[in-house]
Amino acid sequence: MTTPLLDIRDLKTHFPVKRGLLFPRNIGTVKAVDGVSLSIHEGEVLGLVGESGCGKSTLARSIVRLVHPTEGSIHFMGRNLAGLSGEDLRKARPQLQMIFQDPYASLNPRRTVFDTLAEPLLTHNIVPKNEVTAEVNRLMDQVGLAHRFVRKYPHEFSGGQRQRIAIARALALRPKLILADEPVSALDVSVQAQILNLLKELCNDMGLTMLLISHDLSVVRHMAQRIAVMYLGRVVEVGPADQVFHHPSHPYTCALVSAVPLADPDLEENRARVLLQGDPPSPMNPPGGCPFHPRCNYAEAACATERPPLVDSGGQRQTACLRLDELP
Amino acid sequence: MALLEVDNLKTYFHTRNGIVRAVDGVSYSLEAGETVGIVGESGSGKSVLHYAMLGLIPQPPGRIEGGSVHFDGMDLVQAPAKALRGVRGKRISMIFQDPMTALNPYMKIGSQIMEPLRIHEGVDKKTARTQAIDALEAVGIQDAEKRLSMYPHEFSGGMRQRVMIAMALITRPEILIADEPTTALDVTVQAQILELIKQRQQDLGMAVILITHDLGVVAGMCDRVLVMYAGRFVEAASTRTIFNNCKHPYTRALMDAMPATQQTSEMLYTIPGMPPDLSQPIPGCAFAPRCAHATDVCHEKPTQLDRISDGHHAACHRLGDLAL
Repeated sequence: MTTPLLDIRDLKTHFPVKRGLLFPRNIGTVKAVDGVSLSIHEGEVLGLVGESGCGKSTLARSIVRLVHPTEGSIHFMGRNLAGLSGEDLRKARPQLQMIFQDPYASLNPRRTVFDTLAEPLLTHNIVPKNEVTAEVNRLMDQVGLAHRFVRKYPHEFSGGQRQRIAIARALALRPKLILADEPVSALDVSVQAQILNLLKELCNDMGLTMLLISHDLSVVRHMAQRIAVMYLGRVVEVGPADQVFHHPSHPYTCALVSAVPLADPDLEENRARVLLQGDPPSPMNPPGGCPFHPRCNYAEAACATERPPLVDSGGQRQTACLRLDELP
Repeated sequence: MALLEVDNLKTYFHTRNGIVRAVDGVSYSLEAGETVGIVGESGSGKSVLHYAMLGLIPQPPGRIEGGSVHFDGMDLVQAPAKALRGVRGKRISMIFQDPMTALNPYMKIGSQIMEPLRIHEGVDKKTARTQAIDALEAVGIQDAEKRLSMYPHEFSGGMRQRVMIAMALITRPEILIADEPTTALDVTVQAQILELIKQRQQDLGMAVILITHDLGVVAGMCDRVLVMYAGRFVEAASTRTIFNNCKHPYTRALMDAMPATQQTSEMLYTIPGMPPDLSQPIPGCAFAPRCAHATDVCHEKPTQLDRISDGHHAACHRLGDLAL
């Protein structure tokens, strides 16, 4: 087996919660990412799903070092990103680019498309100065934006077009790995389809490696070869997309898959729903043992005390559940 | 007689950039106890239509330019404000997409739930309190009594939406209008809330109007579906017919653009272009510029909802010769 492009080991990102204005004191810790191990191979699209607050965005932000991981390692192209700082980090970052959810907030409103796309090119000396214009045009072609838009400002574009600009900006540095954090959640269905197609084309044509984060399982299903499911800061299941979808092994994945509304009245009528009780608990105060046990239909006494490790569950799949062998 | 009868309702916004025809001649009827889904993308007018029905459009800039909404012998469009107040929040209730902004952050949950009872039914505080506890329990909130004295920020998103539902249903309305009730929620919570709406609907026998952009939600909830585009209905049919035998190219396009969890095709269908600018007059079919099947007549002549079979209508010039 080849070495993965990105290899995350036991990554933890904790945030202290402070109270008090003059003399802030710690009143707790939010364990946003709490011991995640994942790897992404070159050319692969890994989908990361989970509900809001499960830590999927923090994981992505920790990888590009927008937040500081507390513990663990992130090996990327032979270097541990978790230990880098200053100049080394700046040199590593062009290889990792992020696309954010809200294209209204992630683009500078006072910069034209040209400014936005030219800046990374100049900062990192990707192309000689006299070729910048040509390169910007090439990027715009790549994401399907007409050249005449080059002098326009973000407010003159629709949401879908803005997301195209954000994608072009991410591609400008010719990254090895793209981290797309809910890239289509803010878009309407018809525009969402355009952006998903664009991302898929780029992955196919350029052999991009991507970590695609979404709360929408159908989006991930459409794009990813492998899927990782997160719950309260931990990965509970990871494996090939087909298997995770059609034969989920973790009780949480089962519930998640069965909660996705299907656009087919016949299927909807005949399906068995696993309805979960309650809401996900607060990550500041996570339950002991398996984080899912208070909502799990199969939980037993051991689940409350023992933390289940992520173990092989057959067919290149890993699951973190103590009762894996006994589940139906 | 239908419970609610909307006839040729038009709601325009008079803005600096011209008159925006947000709802441009919409008719439909709702029977007691049924669930109707209103589907469309943002800006299609699906919310404005229902706000207009209940007199919730700020005027100006909005204005109801014509049409009527008949409910129990009364035209809600013409009705004086006082009469409308007796209907809104009592006989027709509404829940909104974002339960955080729909709840008053300064008011305790209990007072907010009791408010409709106190205003509409003149119930005394003690009775209202008992009913509020019952209402919270009916939507699956534990420790209801303790919860009454809490504020909205102490509740999670799913719990807030439960509170909204409890509040909307406390007066036992005949119609519940749910405007994207689960869009802000996670899928597992969404499944809980939809299940709850279904269950309360069975208990109370009310009709539900479900406004959504998610065809998946519609498939599991609705008896009938109305598809809206650029301020008009383009197709209306039973849920099964919409999913298995839709006749309007826009409906088809919407379905093909959705990534499905069942099968994965390489590329999704995309609708070229953008929704029309509603401040400009549209001579023909509003969807024609983006439609793969448009002919000359589509660009020139306006469409109207034509009957295909009982309960199935679509607004398309090419109904006869198009196989979708």
